[in-house]
Amino acid sequence: MKASTSVAITAFVLVAGFALCALQFPNIASTRVVANLLTDNAFLGIVAAGMTFVIISGGIDLSVGSVIGFTTVFTALAIERWGIPPLAAFAMVLVLCALFGAAMGTVIHVFELPPFIVTLAGMFLARGVSFLLSTESIPITTPIYSAVSDFAIRLPGGGRLTAIAIAMLVILVLCALLLHLTRFGANVYALGGSRAATALMGIPVGPMTIRIYMLSSVLAGLAGIVFSFYTAAGYSLSAVGVELDTIAAVVIGGTLLTGGQGSVIGTFLGVLIQGMIQTYINFDGTLSSWWTKIATGVLLFVFIALQQGLMALARRSSLKPAGAKLAGAKSPEVKPAGALT
Amino acid sequence: MTLRIPRRGMAQALALIIILMIDRLVSPQFFNLHLQDGRLFGSVIDVLNRGTPVALLSLGMVLVIATGGIDLSVGAVMAIAGATAASLADTHSLPVVIASALAVGLACGLWNGILVAVLRIQPIVATLILMVAGRGIAQLITEGRIVTFTSPDLVWMGNGAVLGLPTPVVIALGMLLVTAAVVRGTALGLLIEATGGNARASELSGVGTRAMILSVYVWCGLCAALAGVIAAADIMGADANNAGLWLELDAILAVVIGGTSLFGGRFSLVLAVAGALIIQAMNTGILLSGYPPELNLLVKAVVVLAVLLAQSPRLGDLSRFTARWRRTK
Repeated sequence: MKASTSVAITAFVLVAGFALCALQFPNIASTRVVANLLTDNAFLGIVAAGMTFVIISGGIDLSVGSVIGFTTVFTALAIERWGIPPLAAFAMVLVLCALFGAAMGTVIHVFELPPFIVTLAGMFLARGVSFLLSTESIPITTPIYSAVSDFAIRLPGGGRLTAIAIAMLVILVLCALLLHLTRFGANVYALGGSRAATALMGIPVGPMTIRIYMLSSVLAGLAGIVFSFYTAAGYSLSAVGVELDTIAAVVIGGTLLTGGQGSVIGTFLGVLIQGMIQTYINFDGTLSSWWTKIATGVLLFVFIALQQGLMALARRSSLKPAGAKLAGAKSPEVKPAGALT
Repeated sequence: MTLRIPRRGMAQALALIIILMIDRLVSPQFFNLHLQDGRLFGSVIDVLNRGTPVALLSLGMVLVIATGGIDLSVGAVMAIAGATAASLADTHSLPVVIASALAVGLACGLWNGILVAVLRIQPIVATLILMVAGRGIAQLITEGRIVTFTSPDLVWMGNGAVLGLPTPVVIALGMLLVTAAVVRGTALGLLIEATGGNARASELSGVGTRAMILSVYVWCGLCAALAGVIAAADIMGADANNAGLWLELDAILAVVIGGTSLFGGRFSLVLAVAGALIIQAMNTGILLSGYPPELNLLVKAVVVLAVLLAQSPRLGDLSRFTARWRRTK
């Protein structure tokens, strides 16, 4: 109930914002702009889907931006320098990403270390390895890349739904199904609700943690492949700071950073809101791109304050019957402000 | 007390000495010092000087982490304070410039503190807001340009010398002494540790946990602003995009290397600064060795992992377990 409320609020902000933008610049409300918005944010949408799983489970993954950077460099080198066929290169890089995520999950679980600092080390590691691979931007010229970037479904109104936008939408749907309809998804929510209770219920906490970080890294790898299609190049400095955009999108999408609540749909809306702000600034032309950061910060604040308010309300309403009916056991226990994810 | 602290800092001191020795192997003239124009020069001085921003940040960060919080915004606060200082430097006197930069840092810290202590937002999220928006605000101040200045007073803050030592080092040392005096000279440090150890229990036993949390974020903002002014003075300009970029991570790393747990509780100011110096000694060593600076991140990742594993509660259990096993055998 509460989860759907925050998604509804995010959707409302998106629609209202889009309407305001369209009022000022009528051209924004065209399939062309909307399709471009999807293309430009395709990689962000994919990586944010993975982050949603991690954050719902009560963790955080700071390494995703670096993993994207590593993937683009590795793919470019594999295709252009080592002569590996593109599909084999994709498979290789995804396996590497999966191993990387599994390693982080293992360290987090086995050594009981905070995900924040473990994935921070992962961030340094992945970026460092991609620097070692190459510090220059490597163009990818293989025919499959130009074929994929030329492919698009034409929409009425002149919009082009590109291959990478379609890839994002498909991956998001799959992630939403995985999160909301499978046992794995239910376990992710359970982990975020209470780790101890989840373990007591007999859910294998360790393998779950490892799988969640694996999923996040693999999705970051996929996002990296999409990013390499988007830029047709591999560069070790690509996607610096994307982890923050991703976390912001997830939070704006109504996922609680304390874990236990959230949705892939909300995250998608959060990504679209960020893309919309960027589009508006591009249309305006006089505003500098740094207004994006300020606007994102303000939105983050508004959404977090809103969540905080909603949670306070929920606590109050669930506490009232607790005295009368002893039904308070279901009231969501809010972690103290000092708790670190 | 006098005995306990050396025992606690043993690992960090050893790590620093080992890294300095490796630096010495890599570059034989590492420990050479020479006096020129009333200022000492040499690789060791360089380590101290370059390590100053992170050391200053870690002074604030260690208190925040001791309360169980975290401050991701320090890099952005550095950029804002640097931008403020740089844009005022040529038209105002040094005290005014520094005061306004510090006031900006204070305001940023207050904002973070209110979000965490009063609105009870998770620290990582609360400070993420300023981390994202802060660079935008800094660019608002510099109007998207890199603001340069020529004011000799402010340049002295970054490049001058006091008694042969670079000014930034003296400032950092002063801040360390002030922080230590305030925190360890009074019961404040104990109260901060209590807040981080168990906020609820401290609250119930009469510790003003809100005031504690609020004040550590304010102090963190102040330290970050000072680091920002020094960074701007060093390059004689403010680059809103790159000033203090990713330094929040280095500062957190320094605190963790210094043995303060990310879960809060016991902390050590000196060891956090030692952590900052360890990071810088590593950076300088890699630069001196002629290896590509890209290696830096890899080495850092390995060090983080090693430190983390050494601190892991699970590993402690393991060693205790093997010790017991050996005894029974």
